[in-house]
Amino acid sequence: MFEELVKRDFKKKYKRTILGMGWSLLSPLLMLLVMKVAFEQFFGRTVDHYTTYLFCGLLTFNWFAESTNGGMRSLLWNASIFTKVNVPKYMFLFSVNVQVLLNFALTLLVFFAFCAIDHVSFSWRFLCLVFPITTMLFFSLGIGMVLSAFFIFFRDIDYIWSLALQLLMYGSAIFYTVDKFPPSMQFAFSMNPVYRHIAYIREVVLAGTIPSLETHLTLIGFALAAFLAGIFMYRHYNTEFLYYV
Amino acid sequence: MSDQNIMLSCQGVSIRYKIGDLKDIGLKEWVTRRLTGRYSVVDFWADKDVSFTINEGDMLGIIGTNGAGKSTLLKAVSGIMEPTEGYIVRKGRVVALLELASGFDGDLTVTENAYLRGAMLGYTRTFMDEMYSRIIDFAELKGFEDRPFKQLSSGMKSRLAFSIASLVKPEILILDEVLSVGDGSFRAKSEAKMREIIKGGATTILVSHSIGQIRAMCSKVLWLDKGRQIEFTDDVKGCCDRYEAFLAARKNAKV
Repeated sequence: MFEELVKRDFKKKYKRTILGMGWSLLSPLLMLLVMKVAFEQFFGRTVDHYTTYLFCGLLTFNWFAESTNGGMRSLLWNASIFTKVNVPKYMFLFSVNVQVLLNFALTLLVFFAFCAIDHVSFSWRFLCLVFPITTMLFFSLGIGMVLSAFFIFFRDIDYIWSLALQLLMYGSAIFYTVDKFPPSMQFAFSMNPVYRHIAYIREVVLAGTIPSLETHLTLIGFALAAFLAGIFMYRHYNTEFLYYV
Repeated sequence: MSDQNIMLSCQGVSIRYKIGDLKDIGLKEWVTRRLTGRYSVVDFWADKDVSFTINEGDMLGIIGTNGAGKSTLLKAVSGIMEPTEGYIVRKGRVVALLELASGFDGDLTVTENAYLRGAMLGYTRTFMDEMYSRIIDFAELKGFEDRPFKQLSSGMKSRLAFSIASLVKPEILILDEVLSVGDGSFRAKSEAKMREIIKGGATTILVSHSIGQIRAMCSKVLWLDKGRQIEFTDDVKGCCDRYEAFLAARKNAKV
């Protein structure tokens, strides 16, 4: 069943588009271009490899945004299925995320190509990137589950979340650096899970060092908290969703 | 009648819908009503205190006017909903064929929809590969396989749905208005197919507005009216007579 759902989601998403999956690659690249042109004059002077710095942020943030947006709607869009057949409801969300993850993987390949062009030195430490990618996956799955459950009850969530994502984008230091901020602000950044993931990737890619143990534990903490919250929502409201679709 | 043969047992099942809560008023209204203390939820009991048991090989017909709570009851039996009160005991796999023609995806082709539906009913891919040509034959959809689903007529859609669904081999089978799909000749074909499944030993629940069908096929009847259980009996003929009298009386009262 899962396989068929994944196939369906792919077909629906790229139906009657000429570029197909190309669009999923093009949009972060265009964002990258715009941000580079707009901000390089301000922040590019103090940051080495500014393009790569930007790309780290965009890559992660776009993945998170796509995953949570798609996940949020997945449950409601499949209402016609789960009101008639008794199927595990998380399947719809996971199916959307397979696609999002694949897009991310493609973007990641392009990212490595950009790293090479930007003369970033590759090292074995890049393997550590598997870690934030894994925690990010669980984090965004969890957030997606929570959102999709709320979305069934309040359709307002759609608007609230697009607003929240916009704030999050500006608050995740995608195109600026945080070291000039006062300690209280630094603390606020450290509580932002998306920023922490971006920072991890930047540390590995740009500084060539492996982040501290504390960072690893924090990322696991975020992922676990979100994922458990998601599971809780699905368990608790499993039979309630039906009344609200 | 020994207890071992009981396939499905519903005891005191009640199902409640809430009216006037979140889904009707949205977040803003919900918050303001909560703050001003005007928030209230009205209960609506789609089913109230329904009890019945069916044994192996039985065919239960459920009758009642629109809004009697038939479909809601079936959703609870199939496990999609949970009863607010009471309990349901099932023995064996339940497959429910509810509102067949919906739940398909208009953008996918006939073939893709067939596979998706098959997967939802729990068929494996190899099983679907084997059965696919039979499904298309039975549904009389040769030559339409690569058409997007939304281009099909509604009769064709239901025919496909029925053809896929009729391959199931469940212990308990639930049919909600399934036998009334397609034109006359297809209906005869589908009834024959259904009889074949029932003969194979499946215990069946049938919802139908066609009293004739209930009379011809069922061994027990459950009559619901506005969520309440009027009758549950194996006197199919008597119950159907009374139901028809009830319908006639109501019709006269309206005129």
